[in-house]
Amino acid sequence: MNAPHTVVVGAGHAGLAASHFLTAHAIDHVVLERGEVANSWRTERWDSLRLLTPNWQTRLPGQAYDGPDPDGYMTAGEVAAFIGRFAVGAPVVTGAEVTSIRRDDDGYRIVSGQGAFTSRSVILAGGACNLPVVPAFSTAVPSPVHQVTPLGYRGPGSLPDGGVLVVGGSATGVQIAAELRRAGRHVVLSTGEHVRLPRLHRGRDVLWWMDAAGVWDQRYDEVDDLTRARRLPSPQLAGTPERATLDLNTLLGLGVEVVGRWATVRDGWALFSGGLRNVCSLADLKMKRLLATFDAWAGVTDPPVEVEPTRVPATPRLRLDLGGGEIGTVVWATGFRPDYRWLDVPVLDEKGRLRHEGGVVTGSPGLYALGLPLLRRRRSTFISGIEDDAAAIVAHLAAQPVRLR
Amino acid sequence: MTTIDNGVNVQALLDAREALKGAPEAARFTWRATSTWEKGVHSTTRVEKFFGLGQEQTHKSESVFPADHPEVFAAEDQGITPIEYLLVGLAGCLTAGVASVAQNRGIKLHSVESTVEGNHDIRGILGADSDVRNGYNDIKVTFHIDADASKEEIEALVAQSQKRSAVYDALTNPTDVTVTVA
Repeated sequence: MNAPHTVVVGAGHAGLAASHFLTAHAIDHVVLERGEVANSWRTERWDSLRLLTPNWQTRLPGQAYDGPDPDGYMTAGEVAAFIGRFAVGAPVVTGAEVTSIRRDDDGYRIVSGQGAFTSRSVILAGGACNLPVVPAFSTAVPSPVHQVTPLGYRGPGSLPDGGVLVVGGSATGVQIAAELRRAGRHVVLSTGEHVRLPRLHRGRDVLWWMDAAGVWDQRYDEVDDLTRARRLPSPQLAGTPERATLDLNTLLGLGVEVVGRWATVRDGWALFSGGLRNVCSLADLKMKRLLATFDAWAGVTDPPVEVEPTRVPATPRLRLDLGGGEIGTVVWATGFRPDYRWLDVPVLDEKGRLRHEGGVVTGSPGLYALGLPLLRRRRSTFISGIEDDAAAIVAHLAAQPVRLR
Repeated sequence: MTTIDNGVNVQALLDAREALKGAPEAARFTWRATSTWEKGVHSTTRVEKFFGLGQEQTHKSESVFPADHPEVFAAEDQGITPIEYLLVGLAGCLTAGVASVAQNRGIKLHSVESTVEGNHDIRGILGADSDVRNGYNDIKVTFHIDADASKEEIEALVAQSQKRSAVYDALTNPTDVTVTVA
């Protein structure tokens, strides 16, 4: 029986950062990985995907970007290579998909594709985007319409011919909508509440401002509505060499039709909310407020940067005949959730979310989480947030008294 | 602490939000109305009781709503048209939202006026054109708000009010409606 002190689940940036600090604390551990190191970056990203964060922000403990383009954005392959370099020397067991974790005496018993382990502590670092979240009414979409989630989407060529209804106004939704439209597809984008951001503000990357102005340093216990903040969709951004803004106005300019939140399917028709104007107003107002806080922080006294309001169509479509041939594919960019189906420890809330305080799982000593949105700070959502999070979690883990078995 | 007072007990609402997080059953309300046909297209609808917080509840007093159609519809106009009641509901809901959000954000309101207009092509209900829907084509709400706040803060109040409005949601999103004969 393998009995390390700690088992880390997942060899992505989070699990490997944990391993880095466990090694620094001389804590015996293994990192169980279902596939290869940085598996989701290798196998679950569409072809054109790039990080939303600029290269100089892509850093792991002791490892920073040292290439020629600090203001550029890594492709998924480059991220996988960056994480691969960081993984050298870490005790990773690949092909070890975890199928069960349960309490065992005063520790845990972990069953994996590479055998069983017992440990005092477990760090869950399998990622926040394991399972796509798709609304229940997707089952009412008529069968000739092809349905795909971002996990299965590769590029415009991977979809059957015909129009595409992209659902969701996150970074994923707007990026996929833009690339399909540029490939000549008829594209309808359905969006509810969304986060609008310019790529650049006063000549600098908007995420530079987030970083520098301290927005990302806000702690989880300082956030007003933490539940809401943790489920906020990713901002409408894309990492392109042109550093171009990709908001709804960009999409409208490309010829994408924008409609309200997809509410349900009735008699083969998609019904969209009539509330598009308000979700756009909310996004415009919030963006203006955020840019004003950046200016205030920087002591900028120039007038605010002019922001064109979202050009909401005069009469957004409220329904669409899914059987009429207009739409051949629905792309569900409606979010993801972590996979805890193998976690046989009662630590999930009524919505299936992990109960934790800044990554220390509630009600199960020795169980930790890393790599979830806003885990300890707003920065936790991004790769550069993992260093402080992993250091804090491993420090907590290392400070637990050793109990005799 | 909030020192302004728009007459909304926001603390009670925030307390209820916390309390109901752990008690979804108590959060289930059923609103009820009972209606009686009078004559022609005139009916009277009464609202008094509802269910919520796990038990039957009663308004302080019963409210009575006559519904009819105007004389240009060849009716006697003994009350407003049923579809106009939707405007009453929307205005009441959004205004309550503006007051609550303003209270929560510490914004003193001096006056809140709104005009609600629903554009309606009656060829739908008359069956004159099958391409025309029965209900509103669109609804336009215009607020005039005097408050100790900037224009952007007032716009944010109105946006947040829509975001949390029951009637706005009921009008902008489909609702499953079952009508049976008992």
